Amino acid sequence: MTTTVSPSAARERRGPGRPQSRTKVKRPVRERWVRRGPLLPGLLVVVLLTQIPFVVTIYYSFQDQNLLRPGQSAFAGFDNYVAILGDPHFRGAVFLSLFLTASVVVLATVLGIALALLLDQKFLGRNLVRTLLITPFLVMPAAAALIWKHAMFNPMFGILNWALSPFGVERVDWGSEYPLFSLVLMLVWQWTPFMMLIVLAGLQSQDTEILEAARMDGAGPVRMFWRITLPHLRQFIELAVVLGTIFIVNTFDPIYLITQGGPGQATTNLPYFIYQKAFRAFDVGESAAAGVLVVIGTIVIVTFALRLVSGMFREEK
Amino acid sequence: MTALISNPPLTEGDAELPDPPVRRRSRRGALRPLLRTGTLVLVGWAVALVFFFPVLWMFVSGFKQEAQAATNPPTFFFEPTLDQFEAILGRDFLPFLLNSLMASLGSTVLVIILGTLAAYALSLRPIPGWRDSLFFFLSTRFMPPAAIILPLYVLANNVGVLDNITMLTLIYTAMNLPIAVWMIRSFMMELPKGVLEAAKVDGAPFLTEIRKIILPMIAPGLAATALICFIFAWNEFFFAVSMTSTQAATVPVFLTGFITSEGLFLARLSAAATMAAFPVILAGWIAQKWLVRGLTMGAVK
Repeated sequence: MTTTVSPSAARERRGPGRPQSRTKVKRPVRERWVRRGPLLPGLLVVVLLTQIPFVVTIYYSFQDQNLLRPGQSAFAGFDNYVAILGDPHFRGAVFLSLFLTASVVVLATVLGIALALLLDQKFLGRNLVRTLLITPFLVMPAAAALIWKHAMFNPMFGILNWALSPFGVERVDWGSEYPLFSLVLMLVWQWTPFMMLIVLAGLQSQDTEILEAARMDGAGPVRMFWRITLPHLRQFIELAVVLGTIFIVNTFDPIYLITQGGPGQATTNLPYFIYQKAFRAFDVGESAAAGVLVVIGTIVIVTFALRLVSGMFREEK
Repeated sequence: MTALISNPPLTEGDAELPDPPVRRRSRRGALRPLLRTGTLVLVGWAVALVFFFPVLWMFVSGFKQEAQAATNPPTFFFEPTLDQFEAILGRDFLPFLLNSLMASLGSTVLVIILGTLAAYALSLRPIPGWRDSLFFFLSTRFMPPAAIILPLYVLANNVGVLDNITMLTLIYTAMNLPIAVWMIRSFMMELPKGVLEAAKVDGAPFLTEIRKIILPMIAPGLAATALICFIFAWNEFFFAVSMTSTQAATVPVFLTGFITSEGLFLARLSAAATMAAFPVILAGWIAQKWLVRGLTMGAVK
């Protein structure tokens, strides 16, 4: 991403732990570079491997180029963008990405809040329950996807059919009959712990004295939740939603491993679409154009996210 | 502690109050906390089991024979066997494991070194414009991998480092560096101010200052950061499957051999998935306390 949201320059002057007395004097060039020195190697790695490749992606998006015909490329103007935007598969992928991300984020956040409220209570084995609950987020997503595909969703001996058999569900091939539902289920399972952890951190940072005072004043538990706890949690929930959205938009593993974007194009999201354009169709130009469009979409979300994080960041001071 | 269904426990002070309403409550009050705790335990454990079940099932199925893994209803009791683990290890699993270890550990070491240096210049001895640099790092973390994969692929192909573990290690370094910078910075900001002032008087060069004074004090924070970065690198799939084929393929790429479902293979998949997921589950359980800090780049403690 090439945008940075920079807060006012005035704040920069007040660096943390920085002695104010000597900074008015203009430092010699050499000394300034010595101070910057520690930052440069890291900055170099990040710029070389994420920023420059993106600049190249922008360049590619204006080229007519195919990996199968190396050496032959021509300036294509906006042809790739016109082709991509006119491609129903691309529009389908945009729509699917939006739907998949929104449904997973909403469900995982609601479940995450509920579980965080549960874990905020004291009960026997609470720590062990928390440990078990965060595990879905830790399991290698590729491994989890395959286990869900073959052990949970299998029509013959899948756990899901067995668990639902008392309700008359039989021999449903979840992966191919309800591919979208299956993906959402697996992703909600994977991302609920993420939401839960952030909300739980928010709950535990609550000022217990305020709650105690409210209770003394006769506030009921429901009222206290809506009036005190939820407003306090708001920024934590927002952060969880924004970060979750950024990560979930990029979902690739379960789509590659469970549905391969199918049946047809039914579960092809943007990352999988770009992957296919690049490594199955070898169409450099259109793949790059789709990539640029995804980045533009992400910038919109990230700008919002950075404003949030920077809000929390200021409160820290 | 917030309480959705809170019922203040009956304290001695309450019992001594003479008015009748309190006394009437005391009979119910003795029962209700018990009921409440019971419900909490029940609901808590039920939810935990539902969420943990797929992981548990993966682990258990790895110790089955194939015929026991694919049954309806599922087989819960059986004689455990290590056959599947042996079969996986015999099927060239080790090179994938070594590649994963090299990419994950290598990138984590690099990330910690580069991240500590950068965090130092952005917190303890802040350079002018430190805020912009800090947010620049953060924003690179949000670059969609799909938007940069093609140039990286073409570049690696031209330079001859496609399917090369060093290349993958560098990509993971760039991927995790923003998290590390933000996280390490948040630990450095918690250091007492006086320590650095003392070092400044001594006129220690910055590398000595970092090594002798700062490192020992933020060691637990560095360990937590390393665990988080290890988790992300070990689990990474997109770059691994795009940039490697035979030489540098990592564990998640090994698992792609189980995409199609031909014949009996569920027990074997479970054994492979267990071995693939185990290191990170362990790392995550150890790093639990710092997990939320890593996931939010240090924004939430």
